[in-house]
Order: sequence, then C-alpha cells, then structure tokens
Amino acid sequence: MDARTAPQVVIVGGGGTGGALAHDLALRGIRVVLVERHGLTSGTTGRHHGLFHSGARYAVNDPVSAVECIRENRILRRIAPGSFELNDGLFVALDDEDMAYRERFLPACEAAGIPVRWLTGPEARRCEPGLPDGIPGAAQVPDGTMDALRLPLRFFATALANGADIRPWTEVTGVTGSAGCVTGVRVVDRPTGRTSEIGADIVVIAAGPWAGIVGRLAGVDVSVRPSPGVLVAMRGRACNMVLNRLHASGDGDIVVPQRGLSIIGTSSWLADDPDDLGVPEDHVARMLAEGTRLLPALRDREIRAAWSAARPLIGDRGASSGRALSRTFKCFDHAVDDGVEGVVTIAGGKATTLRGMAETAADVVVRKLGLEAPCRTAETVLLPHTAFHRPAEAA
Amino acid sequence: MTTTVDPAVRAAGAATRVLRVTRTPRGAGGDGGGGDLARQHGRRGRSDGFEVPAGSARTTVLDALTWARTHLDPTLDVRHACYHASCGTCGVRTDGRAVLACVTRLADLPEGDITVEPLRNQALISDLVVDIEALYEGFDAVGMPLVRESRTVPGSRPAPGVEGLTRFEDCIECGLCVSVCPIEASDAAYEGPAVLAAAWRVVEEPRHADPERAFALVDGDQGAWRCHLATECTEVCPSGALPAEGIMHLRRGLLRHRFRVAFARLRVGANGAGEPGGTP
Repeated sequence: MDARTAPQVVIVGGGGTGGALAHDLALRGIRVVLVERHGLTSGTTGRHHGLFHSGARYAVNDPVSAVECIRENRILRRIAPGSFELNDGLFVALDDEDMAYRERFLPACEAAGIPVRWLTGPEARRCEPGLPDGIPGAAQVPDGTMDALRLPLRFFATALANGADIRPWTEVTGVTGSAGCVTGVRVVDRPTGRTSEIGADIVVIAAGPWAGIVGRLAGVDVSVRPSPGVLVAMRGRACNMVLNRLHASGDGDIVVPQRGLSIIGTSSWLADDPDDLGVPEDHVARMLAEGTRLLPALRDREIRAAWSAARPLIGDRGASSGRALSRTFKCFDHAVDDGVEGVVTIAGGKATTLRGMAETAADVVVRKLGLEAPCRTAETVLLPHTAFHRPAEAA
Repeated sequence: MTTTVDPAVRAAGAATRVLRVTRTPRGAGGDGGGGDLARQHGRRGRSDGFEVPAGSARTTVLDALTWARTHLDPTLDVRHACYHASCGTCGVRTDGRAVLACVTRLADLPEGDITVEPLRNQALISDLVVDIEALYEGFDAVGMPLVRESRTVPGSRPAPGVEGLTRFEDCIECGLCVSVCPIEASDAAYEGPAVLAAAWRVVEEPRHADPERAFALVDGDQGAWRCHLATECTEVCPSGALPAEGIMHLRRGLLRHRFRVAFARLRVGANGAGEPGGTP
C-alpha cells in the first residue's frame, strides 16, 4: 500500500489497548495517529497490579475471559520475551471452603486449557515459605508479573518504528464531519495550547473507562462503566510467585510480587467519574486484613503506596456491582449501534488481553475500509521498551 | 502570584495545602509536544498556586496535583502511571528535592506552601513533564535486560517446571539521579548515573546482552571516568538501585577489562603477532 494514499486511522487513548492497536494497524500498512490526553499509560493500564493472567481467576465464573487470557498469555510469552517475571502463580487453599471450591476450580482450568498442578501444603510452602503453616495445598498455574508501563511500551516502540505517529499530551476536544459521519478529530496540543484537526477514515475509541466521555464528544453511546478497585503496595518482596486465594473472586484475594514490592489487590465498586476516584480507607484496611491472611509474611511490612485504578467494564445496565460484569472485551461499530459512520470503540478486557483486543478492533477497521490485510501481531516479536525514542538524527 | 481555590472546599472548612507549581508558557511559540530537545533553561514560566484539600495522612503530592488538574486547572500537565513507585514516571522536585510524587505524602512536607518544579537536566515538554527519550536512547544503547535472575526471596525454591526465579531490575528509569547529578548539570553530553548503572548491570549479570558493548560505551570521556563520586544519585534513588556503587564497580570492571585486553595483545605479540606458523 502506498504510504501517502493508505487510509488513516486515529486512535483515541494511549493505554495498552491503544498501543497494541497502533502496532497492529501499522503492521497492516495503515497510517496511524494515536492521541493521548496525558502521558502514555497514565490511565488504567499503568495503574494495575501487574498480574500477567493465566486466566485461572476466571475459569469457574467467566470461562470466555479465561480462554482469552491463556491464549494471550501464550502469545505474549513469544512476542515479548524478557518482559515478565515468569515464576508462576499459586491459588492457595486456606480452609475447607477453599478445598470445596477446588473441586470446581481444577476441572474448570482444564476445560479452559490452563495448565494446572496440585501442590500439597508442604510442597507449596517449599516454594513460598511466607505462606501460612498447615495450609491444605495450592494449585499452580502459569500466572506471572508484568511491568504495567514497560510491556505496553514495547507495542508503542514497535508501532513508532513502523511509522505510527504517537502523540501523548494531545487532547481530543471534538470531532469533525457532518451529523452521522465522523471524518476526524479536533485536538489541542496541551504543551503549546495549539489546536488542530486530524483527518481520519476511522476514529477508534480506546479510552478504557474514559470511553463514555470520548464517545459523547463523537455523538455515540458507549456503555462502559468505570469500576475502580483499591490496591496497596507493601515495601519488600515477600513472595516470588503470584498468590491468589482459592475461592470465588473477592476483595484482597491476590498478592502480586513486583520488583521490591508486594501488591495486594483489590476491591471493586462502580464510579461515575474516572478522574475522581479517591482511596476509601476501609478498602485499604480490608486489603491489609485479607492480604496478610493469605501471606502472613506481609504483616510487619510498611505500606509504600495505596491507590485506586478504574477497570473499564462493559456495562450491562442491570449489574449492580463491578464483579457482576464480564471481564471480556467487545468492539462496537457505531454505524451499526448508533447510526454514526466512522467511529469504532474497543472496550473492556484485561491488561493481558491487549493484543487480542487490538486484533479484534483492527479486524473491524480493515473490514470497514474494505481491505484484505491479515493480523500479524501474534508472530511479530516486539522491540524492547527502551526503543521508545525517536532516532537522534530525526530530532 | 495567584492561587486558584475551589469555593466548595473553602466553604467546607477542611484543612488545605497550597502547591506552587512551575508552569511552562502556552501559545508562546515553544516547540512542545515532545519535539523540544533544548534543555529547560530559559523555558521556565510562571508559578501557579493551587489550594488543595490536605486529605488524609496518605494523600500524596501526586494525588494533590491530579486533584488540582481535575478540579482547578485542566491544563496542568503532570506525568504519572503506576501510583506506587514502580513505573518511575512522576518524578518532580518538591521544595527543591527530587522525589516521586506518588510516594511523597503532603503530611511529611514542612508546613507552608509546597513548591513543585520539574526535574532538572532533562528536556522539558510541559509544566512538570520532562522528556524521557534521551534517557531511553542511553538505555537502548546499553541493552540492559529488564528481568534479572538474582535477588529472589531467600529460602524459596522454584515451583515444579519453573526453570529459575526472576524479578524485574531495581532501576525504574525515573531520572531522579539525572536531576541531582552535578555533572549532568554542567554537561548534557555526560552519559549520566542511570545509563552507567545499567551498563554495570549488563557487565555484572549479562544474561544474553553483550558486556563488551557496554564496556565500549562507557569507557569514553563522557562515561564512567567522568563521575566525581558525589553519590547524590544513590541518595535520591527511590528504588534502591545504587547507581553510584554501580559506577564504582564499573570502573573496577573497566580496569580489569583493559588489563585483560592488553595482556591478550602481549601474548599474541609474543607468539609472533598471531600469524599462524609465524615463527621465523
């Protein structure tokens, strides 16, 4: 495809999904401009606990998400080598109720294609001496730790090298075009205050929990609810493996080790404004109570930080809590849903499924553009995150 | 100097703090947008005051800055991602000290107004945002792997099927060490503590990177020998990466490396310049 006549796609949102989509579309020969209002990964992407999902957490209640996670887990190991702490994870049973959950958990993992191995209590404690004495056992799964900034940066770095135009500090203030047909975006370059327009054959909204706000600017209805949770980082690393509680998803049921920190997560509620979350003190207390129950070695550690991150959940308007909403993702073509041509939204999902979300959205984009251009991201090894800089001579 | 306040916060009578934030001028024809590689000298603009809720004992400078951005001035630019000292994006100077805004609590700062300025010795993009790309060019040249094979939890063993335990490198690439380095302040060409410490990590634990390349990069006039051992870099590091110690180790490693190279040449020379069958 000729670089001057190739169609142009504007991506709104510089999180993991936007970065992976910029990379996917650039590989398919499409001109990409990505705009992000603040810094890259400044929203939900950068703020998560760093869990590289095996999918086991969703095996029992959300098998679609579980299958997505294990598929993407395998692909990311191939295309982003060196980006993960691959120490595996344990789903730890603390009591009889947890052992009862095991009877559903193990077959559900197997059904989803997630490798799972049962360790006795002493075997689990040989791997993780900080676990409580006398536990009945734990299930080992291929969870890991990712760097919430540096894994997405590999997608941005590779997109940049393939010609994508990545513009952080660029805020969308509106769209161009006529009623029912969007032909571009109006932006302000925040550092200078200069305004301009960027033409687009298609605008893709990849703004996570901010997707509803961006959607309103484009005159489309995006049913994404911000569902925040509190996370607490303890100073010092108290485990090598990701530790989950072996029971249905609940508050404070995970400890993710990350560099010299141990992150306890997380709670869940529904919010209206993703820019104004707050950190409820009772949630912090619950994280500490549950986290130290799972890993008593955390007990005397100092809190390094406590913060909130908003999940982008696809709202089913009836759901009353964040946990009732699916963790899978969806792509909306607003020509179908709202009668507005030229706008696509990719929403929901997990940090681990960023590549798969991008593939789905890019498939919709190329189909709308009438092109034949297959996805190549599952086979393309990414550049290191430190490649995210423009060549010195071009500066 | 003006101070922006939220009337609702004032009316509620809650405790507040005032941030005095250095801003860059808008619409003044600056390059901005990531293209400005001129150092920040001369681009310093006005200082804006923001009155923010003092919050709880946990409220951080980053919480206060993003609150000001949401409630008082949406044009304020501040970089952030993880909120827990793991990504290294939110480095600023509060009351003159280089810190990560996300783990600097308002309650721990002396009473009175808090000045918030961008880090030094790095190109300025906007307000409190400095450009990381120069630092990344240095890291990219060194090629330090992100995942290390040392420093795992004592007494633990890998689970079945896990080849060896790993964890991410300590350095979070925040640039605080670059901001406080006295040599960086006088010479932008100096490779600086972050990149030199990364080079040491490649030498110490190469994994699949190339120690020869790292040695070659740091043995020049702007490399490891330029450091004055002021050790401000290690004192300011929020992540325990010990850049000053890394540079010291790197110098010793360079001396050993030079000796090995010279010795190998001597041996080659003694054997007749390395020519096969070169004896007269």
